[in-house]
Amino acid sequence: MKFGVVTFPGSNCDYDAFAAARLIGEEVEFLWHQETDLKGCDVVILPGGFAHGDYLRSGAIARFSPIMKSVAGFAKNGGLLFGICNGFQVLLESGLLPGALIRNRDLRFRGRDVYIRVERNDTPFTNGYKIGDVLKIPIAHKDGNYYNFRGDVERLKKKNLVVFRYCNREGEITDQSNPNGSADNIAGIISDSGNVLGMMPHPERAMEKILGSDDGYKMFESVRDFINRSVIIEKA
Amino acid sequence: MAGPMERMMSKNKATVFIRLKDGVLDPQGLTIERAIKNMGYDAVKSVRSGRFFELELGEDSDSKGKVTEICQKLLANPVIENFNVDFEE
Repeated sequence: MKFGVVTFPGSNCDYDAFAAARLIGEEVEFLWHQETDLKGCDVVILPGGFAHGDYLRSGAIARFSPIMKSVAGFAKNGGLLFGICNGFQVLLESGLLPGALIRNRDLRFRGRDVYIRVERNDTPFTNGYKIGDVLKIPIAHKDGNYYNFRGDVERLKKKNLVVFRYCNREGEITDQSNPNGSADNIAGIISDSGNVLGMMPHPERAMEKILGSDDGYKMFESVRDFINRSVIIEKA
Repeated sequence: MAGPMERMMSKNKATVFIRLKDGVLDPQGLTIERAIKNMGYDAVKSVRSGRFFELELGEDSDSKGKVTEICQKLLANPVIENFNVDFEE
């Protein structure tokens, strides 16, 4: 299987995502934002960084990069699309996921490890975890405060589209463990169709114990296992 | 031929104001509000922050419609923001 990592001008976690895919032993390719060919990738990652300088609003300009048309079409046909941090902001600006990410409630850029709880393990991105698993994953953002209208947040919850929530080390959802003010401690959500995931924390930076945590490793493995299983089903 | 001054005068201008919708948390506005209160002014009850853009327009007869489209697609995020446009000729 093959991972694809989109590079926008200003992306700076594209190499981390690339390295993460390599680390689990899979093929991976960069996709420059001016291109329109997804080169047969099975999953497309929109990485962290400051695409187009984050001018106007985070992700607002990246949405109009030529590759985004192909990416949206890919997702519409069921392709796996994974937005991390700035990539999550791009997904929201593109309307591929609902809501918006606004300035952190304390106005500070937050770069540190946080704990998130796995709320669903029946997704292509989290099938290697158990529900309730607590992952230590770093965040690095200033605009990570997930916002949506109250009714829409309720809808997300009712439809079970929240995949990760900020929690404390024990896995309790508390206001203190919410690093940015996100509604309902939301750290990551998935589309209705189940193939588009966006999250603020950086699993690609939590791939090896020597770097502080390898809790993100299973996320990349989950994606690989999901793709490999679908290939087997297609062949059968 | 029109000189530079006349060219400037003949240009149409759109001024776009972007505002956060009611109820959307505005940490920047709140921080400024606190600062004003700390300065000792009690005349200001609350502050909301926003953004504005000046767009110079060409001769296109439908430039007004296009500015609205640009606001909807790019300058404002409809999930959290409203916009309005002032046109000057």
